[in-house]
Amino acid sequence: MPDKDVAVIGVGQSAFVRGYPGGIRELCFEAYREAMQDAGIPSKEIKALIVCCAPEYDKQRSPSSLIDEYLGLTPAPAFMVESLCSSSTTGFAIAYSFIKSGLYDVVCVLGFQKMSEITSQDVQERMGRGADVMWESPYGTSMPAYYAMYAQAHFANFGTKPDDLALVRVKASTYGQLNEKAVYRKKVTFEQVMESGLVSSPLKVMDCCANADGSSCVILASADRAKEFSKKPVWVMGVGQSNAPMNLASREHMRGLECARIAGEKAYAMAGVGPHDIDVAEVHDCFTIAEILAYEALGFAKPGEGPQLIRDKETYLEGKIPVNVDGGLLSKGHPIGATGGSQLRTIVMQLRGEAGAIQAPNAEIGLVHNIGGVGIYGNVIILGR
Amino acid sequence: MGFEKFGRKSFTAITKVGEYVDKLESGQVFTTHCPKCNKTYFPPRMDCPGCLSGSLEWVKVPDTGKLVSFTNVKYAPTGFEGDLPYLLAVVDFDGFRMFGRLVSSMQGTDIKVGMTVKPVVVSYENGQIAHEFVAAE
Repeated sequence: MPDKDVAVIGVGQSAFVRGYPGGIRELCFEAYREAMQDAGIPSKEIKALIVCCAPEYDKQRSPSSLIDEYLGLTPAPAFMVESLCSSSTTGFAIAYSFIKSGLYDVVCVLGFQKMSEITSQDVQERMGRGADVMWESPYGTSMPAYYAMYAQAHFANFGTKPDDLALVRVKASTYGQLNEKAVYRKKVTFEQVMESGLVSSPLKVMDCCANADGSSCVILASADRAKEFSKKPVWVMGVGQSNAPMNLASREHMRGLECARIAGEKAYAMAGVGPHDIDVAEVHDCFTIAEILAYEALGFAKPGEGPQLIRDKETYLEGKIPVNVDGGLLSKGHPIGATGGSQLRTIVMQLRGEAGAIQAPNAEIGLVHNIGGVGIYGNVIILGR
Repeated sequence: MGFEKFGRKSFTAITKVGEYVDKLESGQVFTTHCPKCNKTYFPPRMDCPGCLSGSLEWVKVPDTGKLVSFTNVKYAPTGFEGDLPYLLAVVDFDGFRMFGRLVSSMQGTDIKVGMTVKPVVVSYENGQIAHEFVAAE
């Protein structure tokens, strides 16, 4: 049984779209509204706001203050947290510790990104600088290029093939079609993935998730407040975090992401559970290879055996460990700061039994794996009902 | 000053390891080494996190290393479009690793993880300079 100290009492997410027709304050309100309606609490109960995003996608400096005002949460303190694509699970970890320490009893974690303010090429340029700006970026780096090198290394070390990557995208689209908040809802066939053009070898266009605009919101509360407000609190069982060196050259190997493996170990140890206890998982599939690396980092498969899991369809809803049955980043799109909160939302809904067509059977324990940059920041969160 | 010359497009001008570029200009690829910890670092740095020393020494990068991984980039970030396609790589030098490009003449050749490559100095047409790697055979 999980320690019942800190609970999630509300979750919300905007639709993830290519171009949100509004400003960042309005985008944030979309997720906030849904989470507050879900939690059923008045705004005066929110004692602190943690805004999670990566800078440089829009003009607003210090957005937490503006968003605090627009959500009507002032005088509650607000600040911004950034760990690239894992910003909102980093915010979640801080919210957990705020509540656990007794400093605040109800905390709102709001993640957002409005990437459509700049061109796709400019997005890649900014993302490429989410790396060692002195020694890597001057060569023309980008997120696809880095993950492509991990894919190439996996191919060389373990015999993984482009076909295996394509199977991950096909699974994502199977569920993405059902997710009305996903940016990409079309069916994708194996042939379509294989025939799509190269972005950075061996990754193809359809191995990559799309940039998107979106927001997510997670509201956490202490045990006492959770019992007061919520019929179905979802408890925080484990929080694991780790960093790898930013520069690829400083890492000991490229067989997988160490930050994810270590974060997973920590989260499992804190929760007192292991990989076999996880009933449903959300992993950071910004690229198809990233999902396979996640299977291995989290112990769902042994190192090098991740591809077999997707070949055997074990990560489909009917399999032994359903993964990304909301379509994942590959279908939903990846509005940097909002992604972790969206993953948490999916797991909370699964554990409450409110996931509808994508409900995993008897989901009691769920896991979120959220990675910042190319294996720089690793956050793993385990939740239980 | 000086480091703004590093790479296809530098984002940094001032660093304590600016001498790296001077060495490239003399045709040599160096990195730094902490004699006290007997540890070689790449990227080069003047501060050792092991013993907190602030004066590391420059050492020549070995003549050959092994290719750890690579990718052929077909979609470039802003500012690098003119170089497409280009090859990015990580190379192991038995004790430390380096990040950089494979030389453009390797485009279209049979590149394999584990192959032996050597570091070389490449000057670009706009006056920029960097280390890259070329197949050793």
